[in-house]
Amino acid sequence: MIQADLNIILPEILLAVYAMLGLLAAVYTGKDKLAGLLTWVTAVVMVLLAALIGLSGQGTHVAFGGMFHDDAFARFAKVTILLSAAAVLVMSQDYMSRRNMLRFEYPVLVSLASVGMMMMVSAGDLMSLYMGLELQSLALYVVAAIRRDSVKSTEAGLKYFVLGALSSGLLLYGASLVYGYAGTTLFSGIIEAASDGHASLGLLFGLVFMISGLAFKVSAVPFHMWTPDVYEGSPTPVTAFFASAPKMAAMGLFARVLHDAFGGVTADWSQVIALLSLLSMFVGAVAAIGQRDLKRLMAYSSIAHMGYALMGLAAGTAFGVQALLIYMVIYVTMNIGTFAFILSLEKDGAPVTDINALNMYSKSEPGKALAMLVLLFSLAGVPPMLGFFGKFYVVKAAYDAGLAWLAVLGVIASVIGAFYYLRIVYYMYFGTESEPLDKTRSPVLWGFLMASAAVMVLGIINMFGIEGIAEAAAATLVN
Amino acid sequence: MNDSLLSLVTFIPALAAAILAIFLRGEDAAAQRNAKWLAMIATVVTFLVSLFILAEFDPANTGFQYVEEREWLLGFKYKMGVDGISVLFVMLTTFMMPLTIWASWGVEKRVKEYMIAFLLLETLMLGVFMALDLVLFYLFFEAGLIPMFLIIGIWGGKNRIYASFKFFLYTFLGSVLMLVAMVAMYNDAGTTDIPTLLNHQFGSESFSLLGIHVVGGMQTLLFLAFFASFAVKMPMWPVHTWLPDAHVQAPTAGSVVLAAIMLKMGGYGFLRFSLPMFPVGSDVLTPLVFWMSAIAIVYTSLVALVQEDMKKLIAYSSVAHMGYVTLGIFAANQQGVDGAIFQMLSHGFVSGALFLCVGVIYDRMHTRDIDAYGGLVNRMPAYALIFMFFTMANVGLPGTSGFIGEFLTLMGVFQVNTWVALVATSGVILSASYALWLYRRVVFGDLIKESLKTIQDMSPREKGIFAPLVVMTLLLGIYPSLVTDITGPSVEALIHHYDMALADAPGATQVAASH
Repeated sequence: MIQADLNIILPEILLAVYAMLGLLAAVYTGKDKLAGLLTWVTAVVMVLLAALIGLSGQGTHVAFGGMFHDDAFARFAKVTILLSAAAVLVMSQDYMSRRNMLRFEYPVLVSLASVGMMMMVSAGDLMSLYMGLELQSLALYVVAAIRRDSVKSTEAGLKYFVLGALSSGLLLYGASLVYGYAGTTLFSGIIEAASDGHASLGLLFGLVFMISGLAFKVSAVPFHMWTPDVYEGSPTPVTAFFASAPKMAAMGLFARVLHDAFGGVTADWSQVIALLSLLSMFVGAVAAIGQRDLKRLMAYSSIAHMGYALMGLAAGTAFGVQALLIYMVIYVTMNIGTFAFILSLEKDGAPVTDINALNMYSKSEPGKALAMLVLLFSLAGVPPMLGFFGKFYVVKAAYDAGLAWLAVLGVIASVIGAFYYLRIVYYMYFGTESEPLDKTRSPVLWGFLMASAAVMVLGIINMFGIEGIAEAAAATLVN
Repeated sequence: MNDSLLSLVTFIPALAAAILAIFLRGEDAAAQRNAKWLAMIATVVTFLVSLFILAEFDPANTGFQYVEEREWLLGFKYKMGVDGISVLFVMLTTFMMPLTIWASWGVEKRVKEYMIAFLLLETLMLGVFMALDLVLFYLFFEAGLIPMFLIIGIWGGKNRIYASFKFFLYTFLGSVLMLVAMVAMYNDAGTTDIPTLLNHQFGSESFSLLGIHVVGGMQTLLFLAFFASFAVKMPMWPVHTWLPDAHVQAPTAGSVVLAAIMLKMGGYGFLRFSLPMFPVGSDVLTPLVFWMSAIAIVYTSLVALVQEDMKKLIAYSSVAHMGYVTLGIFAANQQGVDGAIFQMLSHGFVSGALFLCVGVIYDRMHTRDIDAYGGLVNRMPAYALIFMFFTMANVGLPGTSGFIGEFLTLMGVFQVNTWVALVATSGVILSASYALWLYRRVVFGDLIKESLKTIQDMSPREKGIFAPLVVMTLLLGIYPSLVTDITGPSVEALIHHYDMALADAPGATQVAASH
């Protein structure tokens, strides 16, 4: 019995054990000597695990009496999480080692966070949910503050920690209410207590608190305040990490809780999610207009994007979850490319994130500027880029579920949002010439930028088959 | 070859753009020349290949021809085809593009990117006229904004940033509402296939929404969503204000493409979607469209009268001329719709040529102020002649294509709504006044300005660009059946379908009662 259970969580165990071994190895070989190597090895391990999960995973398995689910949905999310974490690690290596920021703790913490994220998307119980969430969060708080000698970075870490703790408190309070009224922490038990569109008031109360806690993790408005500061304060590779894998994990967890535990009372939470989605889209779009810093801008952009992803969730249908998954994969891919671009911006060796520095970037680096142009239009959701299809799926999901008002307001928000993406295009292409940035030659960053842009253009042919996989994944979550 | 002829035509320019982007290096004179020639060859080849479409096109067949179909995402299809309504817009596009490339021969700034933008734009515009799937249509329709945004923003005039942003955001806002409407149509009909949707009846029972009684129900809402997009694109009064800015700031070739082809997407959209798919909605809102068009014709003509910038004047005249197009379309009878299509084609040649005329003297004097000119006839007789010809065509002189379009649309409208026709006809007089006055101020009089004393007449290249346009304008003016023979049967089928749908629609009686 325990043998079978362990088999099911083998990938998580492997990654956790690997993280411990990496920690030991680094400690016994002296400070930070292994950091570079460890970063690469971690990335390779993650890719291998992703391959293991993606290629060998079959069917639906439940371990530890329902605490842990291994199904198509979890596997979809895990592969995305692992691949994006690996990509960010590879992108970080050069940037961090040149600035003496690369410590061996970084890859180890990222692996531990990834273990937490994998737990999150597989959670089948409020306890395992909280365990995964905290494992992830604690690792992320530390990573945010990894530049110990920088005030901004430590501030970011502290802010993230304090607010994160608050949101965990909300979540726990909600979980305890749910436990109290449902009499069980298992999702399979909660869904029985809240079936046929009827849930007791206490259960709903708990649900709302849990939604608040989760909304904090996906940085949905009005729980978004930490995002710009943490994005700006953290070292850029860490920001790239925050914007990709944890978002996927939190969205996966969000969908799992709402459908696995509260799938019977869709009508009760759909309106709440729709409101979160609406606010995120508008606040993200409007607040980004005034930003002069690329990282802050990307923070608001990610808030807006979470709003669109939540639109799929608000639909409360299998197609909505499919749309959510497709949206998240596209979003993560775009973000990795965009951050590869931001990471490659430097002047006299120092990183640059000021939007003004991009003046006439297209003159000095036409190739990279073009790739960024593609990514920006994709982020804005302008066809024919893949980003448009992400928006199309969620808009369709919302409309089909009777949320036509949300669909209309969502596309209007996307027009507002287009403005600040266009403004970056404006600086790159129409601006006045100023002192050019350094010509950086980082094949890794260049590769990720180009690959991400190419995906945005070529993906429109068949989306690389993601559509069908996402559909199967959504089907296991929503019946 | 017939199986993929349309895709071939559509993607030749994109292929050339890809070749330019990947293989052409450097910014020296040789690279610039190569870029220009490659673009020129690609557009000419596109035109020649597109002649095959026309050669085997059967006007009597009112269905879609040269249809090709492939599976795509989420039940969308990659489906292309042309019918009597769209085929001539395809030809207009492939015909105008070599001329615009030729007119851009003098560009010096970032030539490679310039040519890439125009080639991609051609692919996207052709796709709009050929797409037979809603999502595919939307893809082409919207994607065209990107190259145009860059063309205005990079190669435009002084105030180009403002103009490019205004252009992009205005048209983007219009289109996203159409996107939601498309999702709604997909939801209702279960397909995005345009030929199927043409025969699908969308709900037309009136209902209440937020306390407002919506006559014509879902069809009216869908119509309004599409209207938001096409009216901006067209552009109709009062959402036309992006056009003068965009035109003034765009480089000459950009203005030509914008006026000659991109504005036609709105009219084409009305004919392809609004009229046949939402007949009840169209019927309910026809009075609104009529009066918006009538106001557009009179108001923008008056505005054109007081312009001091030549390009702006022609831009406003474009808005006025597009007013005739919307009038003709929503008259929904044979003359009206035939006339609207004719007017769009004719406007494509004439306004394109007028922007080229401005470009000719702008290249020499670098100003578009009308006051900076005068007496050009003394030193530029050939130019004076050509400018005169297109001014007359713009006014709608019999014998030129402009006359046929205006006459047919007015005749169509007159049968439906006499008062609107009356107001619209006054536009004919107004257009004569602003166009002739512009011509007098620029070309006639004595050549007294010092700066104009050494101005040169048109070069052989410039004359070569105008020659095909003169031929087409005259040919269509003298022998309009060239167009109406092709469009006629398809338009007749469209009108028949529209009348039948109105008679059958469940909400139609109620609509009639509420009128």
